[in-house]
Amino acid sequence: MDKLSKGFRLKTPVRYIINTAVTVLIWALLTAFISGSGIKGEYYRGILITVGINIILATSLNVVCGYLGQLPLGHAGFMAVGAYAGAIFMKSTPAATLLRAGNHAAVIPYVIIAVIISALVAGVFGLLIGIPALRLKGDYLAIITLGFGEIIRVVITNIDSVLGFKFTYGASGLARIPKFTSLNVIFVFTAICLFLIHVFMKSRHGRAVLSIRDNEIAAESVGINTTFYKTTAFVFSAMLAGVAGCLYAGYIGSLYPSNFKFMKSIEILVMVVLGGMGSMLGSVISAVVLTILPEMLRSFSDYRMVVYSLALVLMMIFRPKGLMGTYDFSLGSSIESAVAWMRGLFRRKGGGSPAGPADDGKEAGR
Amino acid sequence: MSFSLLIAQLINGLQTGSVYALVALGYSMVYGIIKLLNFAHGDIIMVGAYMTYYAIASFALPPAVAVVLDIAASTLLGVFVEKVAYTPLRSAPRLSLLITAIGVSFLLENGAQLVFGAGQKSMDPMITGSFMMGRVNVSYTAIVTIVVSVARMVLLTFVVNKTKAGKAMRAVSEDMGAAQLMGISLNRTISMTFAIGSALAGVGSVLYMCAYTQASPTMGSMLGIKAFVAAVLGGIGSIPGAMIGGFTIGILEALVAAVGLSMWKDAAVFLVLIVVLLFKPTGFMGKKLQEKV
Repeated sequence: MDKLSKGFRLKTPVRYIINTAVTVLIWALLTAFISGSGIKGEYYRGILITVGINIILATSLNVVCGYLGQLPLGHAGFMAVGAYAGAIFMKSTPAATLLRAGNHAAVIPYVIIAVIISALVAGVFGLLIGIPALRLKGDYLAIITLGFGEIIRVVITNIDSVLGFKFTYGASGLARIPKFTSLNVIFVFTAICLFLIHVFMKSRHGRAVLSIRDNEIAAESVGINTTFYKTTAFVFSAMLAGVAGCLYAGYIGSLYPSNFKFMKSIEILVMVVLGGMGSMLGSVISAVVLTILPEMLRSFSDYRMVVYSLALVLMMIFRPKGLMGTYDFSLGSSIESAVAWMRGLFRRKGGGSPAGPADDGKEAGR
Repeated sequence: MSFSLLIAQLINGLQTGSVYALVALGYSMVYGIIKLLNFAHGDIIMVGAYMTYYAIASFALPPAVAVVLDIAASTLLGVFVEKVAYTPLRSAPRLSLLITAIGVSFLLENGAQLVFGAGQKSMDPMITGSFMMGRVNVSYTAIVTIVVSVARMVLLTFVVNKTKAGKAMRAVSEDMGAAQLMGISLNRTISMTFAIGSALAGVGSVLYMCAYTQASPTMGSMLGIKAFVAAVLGGIGSIPGAMIGGFTIGILEALVAAVGLSMWKDAAVFLVLIVVLLFKPTGFMGKKLQEKV
């Protein structure tokens, strides 16, 4: 790499300002799109909320699957825990009456508390499951997390008969949850979750997690506490899944244990794998595509799961790294390389020292 | 619980356990040889069960023909899946292989839903009647199931330990590279393993149809997962281990159901798996593996 492309660097605050500006821009565009599309707006809003939930789910699974390099199959379990925790809390608050009165602003504190509760409860479950499960590797980890996920579902289905009072309402479903998940809520929490993952992965803790993926024994031998970091990443992922679950509960309005079957975990896994394990951009893109595509192909919906699974197999055979591999997009780095490229162009016209294409941003970022 | 009820539940458990054990044998063999958790194995049973259903209920073929057809179809499907999906990934990371297996499993499941319809297909029981053993009513189905699966285990032990093909299998599972240097054809041995495993799945599906008389597209996933649990419990790669694991799971389920907690059956199975994995990760009969750097 020559000096020219290295020359231009954005400062960290500038990067954050640019990213925030772009985030706000996306929000404004989406809002304008929804309000501009009239009667169909409500339908689009629903799809966008589902997209947001799936983005959180996929990127949170990506933390364990892509960055930590383990394969947990119990993500739906954490989502379920978060969903029920958030829903039960929201039902106990006056949020439903407030929403009916159209007072959306007054609900916000309850939403924030519900999301935090969901994250904490899912995190506690993640810790309880992660500590024993992460002692195992590979297939065994997959099967043990699958087991825990199924146990969570069975417990949610049957806990009422043990407790003796209505808590999760078992198989008949937890209904009449206040529908607090608006487009703004989902947008803000998706942005926060992506930001948290980004910050976590850019920190030294994130680097430690990556080093465990690349070579656990080597990581351990340079003094990285592998158990600690594996558990941390696992709990972090579980917490975000809990957040997604909470928002899901607030969108769908009623919860059934059968929503959180093993199948759901696989659906999330498909998103991560197709996008590229270890690429946040990949997870986001495939979450968006795999949510919107089935909606556009409604008449085709019988074949949806067949196409999903076929895509998964073909992807593994022909492009095992997934759509994006481990490439991650960083707006800051892209701007830097664009500027460097342009400078190179001018130099060449003026006196001609060649400037190669600058490095594509390998950093994790949005 | 009265004593005769306990015995009846034990026999029930042994019957379910035999099906698990047969499926677990297939898992165990495939895992032993290419270290792949073949998620699709359970779905091969599902296809086999549909085969049995169509052969007997729709085409009214004699049961013996149906059994042969079923085993042939399962074997072909197993080898086909191995050739198409797993062979290209032999040198890929284990994770990719596992995800492929999950993908194949889902493909079979959803494909079956399209082809056979989402509902359950029920047929008349193939074997009817029962006899009294003391005060316990024992169905002939249970006896046939248990006897067949034990016979298969004995046969398989013989094949793996005494025949040339079995020796090749053991060699490949021990060290793939070294086995190849000794002139063992890797492709043939692995396909052979899949064929035997899938044939066992075929037998398992016939026994399943004897016991439950209904097939559905999703029957394979839970059955497969529980069979894998059985294989892990017994110690993966060990034939008697798979058998012991299968019977353990079957009896556990029957007992849990007998004390009135049938809703918690699945949770109990996984709980046992978790406890075993944590305290004895190699299972009851498994070999201890040393990690090499």
